[in-house]
Amino acid sequence: MRRIYLDHAATTPTRPEVVKAMLPYFTDAFGNPSSIYSYGQEARGAVEEARTEVAELIGARSEEIIFTSGGTEADNYALKGVAYANEHKGNHIITTSIEHHAVMEVCKFLERRGFRITRLPVDKYGLVAPDDVKKAITNKTILISVMHANNQVGTIEPVEEIGKIAREAGVYFHTDAVQTVGHIPVNVDELKVDLLAISAHKFYGPKGVGALYARKGTRLVSLMHGGEQEKRRRAGTEDVPAIVGLGKAVELAGKEMGKEAERLAYLRDKLIKGLVEKIDHIRLNGHPTRRLPNNVNVSVDFVEGESLLLNLDLEGVCASTGSACSSASLEPSHVLLALGLPAEQAHGSLRFTLGRENTEADVEQVLEVLPGIVARLRAMSPLLKTQK
Amino acid sequence: MSDLWSLYSEKVMEHFKNPRNVGEIENPDGVGRVGNPVCGDVMELYIKVNDGIIVDAKFKTFGCGAAIASSSMVTEMVKGNSIEEALKISNKAVAEALDGLPPVKMHCSVLAEDALKSAIEDYLEHQKLKKQT
Repeated sequence: MRRIYLDHAATTPTRPEVVKAMLPYFTDAFGNPSSIYSYGQEARGAVEEARTEVAELIGARSEEIIFTSGGTEADNYALKGVAYANEHKGNHIITTSIEHHAVMEVCKFLERRGFRITRLPVDKYGLVAPDDVKKAITNKTILISVMHANNQVGTIEPVEEIGKIAREAGVYFHTDAVQTVGHIPVNVDELKVDLLAISAHKFYGPKGVGALYARKGTRLVSLMHGGEQEKRRRAGTEDVPAIVGLGKAVELAGKEMGKEAERLAYLRDKLIKGLVEKIDHIRLNGHPTRRLPNNVNVSVDFVEGESLLLNLDLEGVCASTGSACSSASLEPSHVLLALGLPAEQAHGSLRFTLGRENTEADVEQVLEVLPGIVARLRAMSPLLKTQK
Repeated sequence: MSDLWSLYSEKVMEHFKNPRNVGEIENPDGVGRVGNPVCGDVMELYIKVNDGIIVDAKFKTFGCGAAIASSSMVTEMVKGNSIEEALKISNKAVAEALDGLPPVKMHCSVLAEDALKSAIEDYLEHQKLKKQT
């Protein structure tokens, strides 16, 4: 059976060009970038080249890029780093109710240690109101953290406007750009962000590597102490092959993402249109237009997400859900609840995230199999008749 | 988001793919409805009783793979049982009959046991009322 992978927001396959670029750094150019002999300097050169690639893609300077083990570490570093470096100035952090766990859980951690967290609500599309940010700022506010685009519903936040507000107030501004870098244009000056988190495996790079952009002059406390790597901001011998892979993925994305985003947006809209036409009692979650080009998130009434996923998997389609039943926590998605969805609709959510390998035929295949699956599950759902 | 696929036994997947006894019984002798859509599981179980023997059982379930498989299994197990025997079916027995459930899904078998108990209680309640009249 043909497998159709529609979970690119979870991770993407590493591109062969990326793997090829990485390979020499495991074996031939294996040196430690901190060593002064030629093996080390080869590796150092490759790391710095990757740094330049990343910086160029987001309009930053090379020295503002710190390589990390991924998006989660970058978010942790931004939040804890700024919080502990600026404690003397205040203890207030503003964030949203729809952040990724890598931000949300760090905020909870900081809250338990005496920081005060304001979690802003979102509207029914998942948008944060810049005005709410403005109103939430106090003289104790040291950091604002608002994600660039939401990983579940694909809504693109008004980061630029919030950046303006943060800058006027003199408050550091972080954005989790894990879902946008490599997919849509991201420029740190246009967005007016001081910190920005990047993850390689979301745009066809390897897992286990990412970067934090930290604007020159941003005061950060390090998470890792040890050697003097990354200008003493992140100790530990660099994962050279992974960093090279990140650099290559960035280079390829920079060249191709414009066209690819257009292609994906077309497929996305075709899928949304088809689902709404073919299935009753289904609704789009997230914003209709301010949306990642590859994200489709719908709620299917009267059925539960995990049973939808299992059935799709039996047809070769890999997707994801915000249902509690697919997570160990048994809590439905905090994002969907923040959008105001009743819990039963959050349980019936399905997310399809498109990527490079997907074609129109894949979209057609989903539209072919999903209506039958929904009909079968609804036939056994006790909710349908009670709603009639 | 999850790796439940690999956690489910073949038996669970088999019952999930081909659930037995889906539907409602017309004029049932007992109906049990348990769970809550807010929590992501609702189970409805219908029984038909003849001379103290459960001759038919059907279900309708809103829930995950484990909830559907547990519903299917409990309706299979209960058919042909006396009321006394049926009351002894535990959630563990349902889970074991499915060759086990992942720990986070054990509550689905509890729901199946509860649905069955609630359908039997409903039946016994009706019997009492009948005797009184």
